[in-house]
Amino acid sequence: MSFLHLTPDEWQSLWLTLKLATYTSGILLVIGMPLAWWLAFSRCRCVSLVSAVVALPLVLPPAVLGFYLLITLGPYGWVGETLEAWGFHHLAFSFEGILIGSILYSLPFAVQPLRDAFASMPQTPIQAAASMGASPLDRFFTVILPLARSGILSAVVIAFAHTLGEFGVVIMLGGSIPGETKVVSIAIYDYTQELNYEAAHRLSAILLITSFLILALFYAINRRLMAPMKP
Amino acid sequence: MTTLAFNLTVSLPDFELQTGEVALPLEGITAIFGPSGCGKSTLMKALAGLVPAQGSVALGETVWQSGRQSLPVHRRGIGMVFQDGGLLPHLSVEGNLDYAINRSGGTQADKAHWVEALGLSPLLSQWPHTLSGGQKQRVALARALLAKPKVLMLDEPMSALDWQTKNQLLPLIKKVVKEARIPTLLITHSPDEVERLADWVLLMERGRVQKVSTLQAALSEPDSPLFDHQGAVSVLEGAVSQVEPTHGLLPVQVGDQSMWVLAEEILSDEIDTVSATIRLRVLAKEVTLALSPPQGLSVLNVLQGEVEAMTPLSEHKVRIRIQLPDGQGLFAEVTALSCEQLGLHKGMPIYALIKSVGVMP
Repeated sequence: MSFLHLTPDEWQSLWLTLKLATYTSGILLVIGMPLAWWLAFSRCRCVSLVSAVVALPLVLPPAVLGFYLLITLGPYGWVGETLEAWGFHHLAFSFEGILIGSILYSLPFAVQPLRDAFASMPQTPIQAAASMGASPLDRFFTVILPLARSGILSAVVIAFAHTLGEFGVVIMLGGSIPGETKVVSIAIYDYTQELNYEAAHRLSAILLITSFLILALFYAINRRLMAPMKP
Repeated sequence: MTTLAFNLTVSLPDFELQTGEVALPLEGITAIFGPSGCGKSTLMKALAGLVPAQGSVALGETVWQSGRQSLPVHRRGIGMVFQDGGLLPHLSVEGNLDYAINRSGGTQADKAHWVEALGLSPLLSQWPHTLSGGQKQRVALARALLAKPKVLMLDEPMSALDWQTKNQLLPLIKKVVKEARIPTLLITHSPDEVERLADWVLLMERGRVQKVSTLQAALSEPDSPLFDHQGAVSVLEGAVSQVEPTHGLLPVQVGDQSMWVLAEEILSDEIDTVSATIRLRVLAKEVTLALSPPQGLSVLNVLQGEVEAMTPLSEHKVRIRIQLPDGQGLFAEVTALSCEQLGLHKGMPIYALIKSVGVMP
């Protein structure tokens, strides 16, 4: 297990990556659910436009997203400038900045499974629950969430795993500041640039194995989770 | 008796429901009957508050909807059974029953009672997807009753079932609804279900409410929409007056007259036969008319009555409505020639020979 002998810097990168992935998937769950619900059931004509915007990160090079975020969130962008005017720091080259980047970058990966889960949900159990006296909030927690649990799990896991492997947006928007924006993928890139293949190998292997384990666990849980509801 | 009064309009892209003023006497089972696509389900969902509608709904003194004010579904006190049952797929059968109890303030004793009445004990730990269609509906019915509703709404609960399962479920529905004393709306497009279960009938056609009447009144129209390809049908109510069969037959009192029915048709349906009221179904084409009490025939059932109305069906066929002494009505279909030879006219005493009787417990 020689690849587990990590330097403090490498541990820091790993920790930062996990933190970024956890925050990203958590926040995506909170904003993704209402957005996915709206996309699934709204009769507004703007649904296709919003869907296209949400799906953009699927097709855009991450560098494009990172570039626009850099000029928006940076000191001369309108968001960065506004923040500076209020006495805050702009968001380029900061953890908050790459968190926003990650959220946008993984948005379609979280919204798609949630939207599918909501859209394919049978309506009669929800109506039956209402007839039995369950209020809308009660129905949300006792019927809608349990019925959407597979979609929720997919959204969280895929957003998490996707963020682990994020590179383009971070390098455009965050650079490589240890403890702030230097996530594992950036560290691997830096090592490779320095021709330190052994170190790059170590981190790459960790990322590969972690991602695999997360996905394997996800598929195993998902099968068990859905077993009692299989038609 | 409570009344469900409503006047609702539902506008969908390709369909419009317009009920007009309706006052539905909620007594026993009211069938909402009409052909597929006439808006029965939409009406029930609008009454329940599950689809947005304009207009007003009131159950007795309680206003459910008035203009823009609408009482949300979960406060209306409705027990619903859907075509597919509508069970919560992520809960076991028992979990489904508890879901209702926890929100209605029901007790474990209530649960035990309906579990027993609907034969659910072996199913309690099962998941909805492992249940057959009939089992799902029994669970859904128990769950709806445990919600302690003011009105039960059954949306074509038997349309997805095979005829054997349906035959088992029908008397069960009748029994528990009677026992629970909860007024019930039953959506159906099957005349058979109406004849077996309904006390009242709301007739619908193309998004409009045509008529609200008792089952007997609905069946006394010569061109009732309840008549299908088998022609006119009469439903006679009678009481089983004897428990022990004679030659495999049981007498059923229809007014002062007796009819004989096959005991196995009654007993096979797990129903308490002592003085139970049962419904007998008689097809008009199975009825032959005679001017005097017939003799030397194999027909067992002969009812005496008088001609109430005669409606020509075609050039050569006439539908005769006979009134029995107890006020019930019976249809017969005869040829115009027989009609002329017998010299039938309104008010004339007549004997109806009934070749076959269907028992509808």
